[in-house]
Amino acid sequence: MNKMLRYSSLTKKYVMALAGFFLMIFLLIHLGINLFIIPFTENHQDIFRDGVHFMTTNPLIKAMEIFLFGGFLIHILIGIILQIRNWMARPIRYAKANNSQGSFFSKYMIYTGAVILIFLIIHLGNFYFVKLGLTEAPEGMTRVADDHDFYSMAINLFSNKIYSGIYIVLFILLGFHLNHAFQSAFQSLGLSHSKYTPFIKAVGDFYSIVVPLGFILIPLYFIIYY
Amino acid sequence: MNIKLKIWRQKNAKAKGKFVNYSLDNVSPEMSFLEMLDALNNKLIIEGDEPVAFEHDCREGICGCCSLYINGTPHGPGEKTTTCELHMRSFKDGQTIVVEPWRSKAFPVMKDLIVDRNAFDKIIAAGGFISIDAGSSQDSNAVLVRKEKADEAFISASCIGCGACVAACKNASAMLFVSAKVSQFALLPQGKVEAVERVQAMVAKMDELGFGNCTNTYACEAVCPKGISVTNIARMNREFLYAKIS
Ligand code: HEM
Ligand code: SF4
Ligand code: FES
Repeated sequence: MNKMLRYSSLTKKYVMALAGFFLMIFLLIHLGINLFIIPFTENHQDIFRDGVHFMTTNPLIKAMEIFLFGGFLIHILIGIILQIRNWMARPIRYAKANNSQGSFFSKYMIYTGAVILIFLIIHLGNFYFVKLGLTEAPEGMTRVADDHDFYSMAINLFSNKIYSGIYIVLFILLGFHLNHAFQSAFQSLGLSHSKYTPFIKAVGDFYSIVVPLGFILIPLYFIIYY
Repeated sequence: MNIKLKIWRQKNAKAKGKFVNYSLDNVSPEMSFLEMLDALNNKLIIEGDEPVAFEHDCREGICGCCSLYINGTPHGPGEKTTTCELHMRSFKDGQTIVVEPWRSKAFPVMKDLIVDRNAFDKIIAAGGFISIDAGSSQDSNAVLVRKEKADEAFISASCIGCGACVAACKNASAMLFVSAKVSQFALLPQGKVEAVERVQAMVAKMDELGFGNCTNTYACEAVCPKGISVTNIARMNREFLYAKIS
């Protein structure tokens, strides 16, 4: 921890950006599996269960899990350290708040991040800890071939309108986080180019809209059809 | 025109400051912002009050002294202008103008609107120079430099060290300034020789002096009177990464 504080501000940002990239790839894979909760193919349930089974048992993925947790932890820790230093860098605030332009969502990264963190804890409580056997499975969850059935569990959660509502709001905020984050991570790593940077920004806008929207489709489907 | 002013007054570095309201008549729209403050100070002196301390020197946008945070923007409204280049026609008759000093831990207020920008000099002293012996003047084409690189280095070197980037940044980060000063050398052959040591020394000094960390908000670029681009920051990120792994 002490050592982490002593690293240069730029080194912290490299690590933050690399961890962020990793998390963004993870998010994409997670979405790919989740979408099969929606019955747009006949065997969507089987595909979803196979996907979950693969992600929870494949040894390569298991190994990646360590990186994933490490990535989250490092991203969150450094994010908080940087934010505290940034607050300290201006002990006396302006009477007239800064009205300069610049990236809008970048001003709220710590807040959108904090909301993601809270959801993350709830989410782990709902799914991951159940898998580990740390917490009790909620009622109505059936076991299929000695595996916890995350499909029926997801159905269970999304049939709760309040949960679905919170879920939708959370993913909108995640979109805000990602909208700034995507291009910011490139800039932090020094990847800026007169030709390619506008393209990267466009991909970032696309990613930050399409990925959260994909996640939101699931509760939306339940709200509309149940 | 008549102008209402709300100005930060602070006796010295240790004193607790406060805002004081002033009203000034007969302000001409042609006046620069600093001339308007001169007029205010004349009035205060005649009335037996202490004039408002503010920093100024060239009054033509090249020295970077006139660091005033006006109505929520460093150097006030207007693109790519310093306070001395700002004119009263940018304001409305009867408008209230709030004037504050730069706010940053690394730039402590010395008196009224004057801050100590010595931190920038310390960063320059840490590595913003060339110490190799470049020899006596050579044939102008002995060292070849691409035109694009020369132009970029020139633009980076046009940073006047005003500190508006720090003042505007929500993190009070000095990245735009430091990256411009790293870039002006890194882009040219003479500067490349010590590039690895330079970028590390300057970044270490910047961190040590209590500037915040860059979160790529780009508020700096929006207020820079010299149009220094955040591509300089990306270049410094590259230079530093290269220095760390080489
Ligand atoms: C799926 C989850 C997340 C993803 C994909 C993600 C992604 C990113 C990325 C790519 C960046 C840009 C990094 C850079 O500019 O170098 C970033 C910045 C940031 N993230 Fe996250 N993040 C996630 C969750 C969180 C969480 C849980 C927090 C908790 C506090 C957080 C706090 C921050 C902060 C404060 C920044 C701004 C820091 C800076 O720009 O220096 N993020 N995020
Ligand atoms: S980068 Fe621009 S705003 Fe910052 S010190 Fe240099 S001239 Fe001033
Ligand atoms: S007084 Fe020199 S830049 Fe304004």
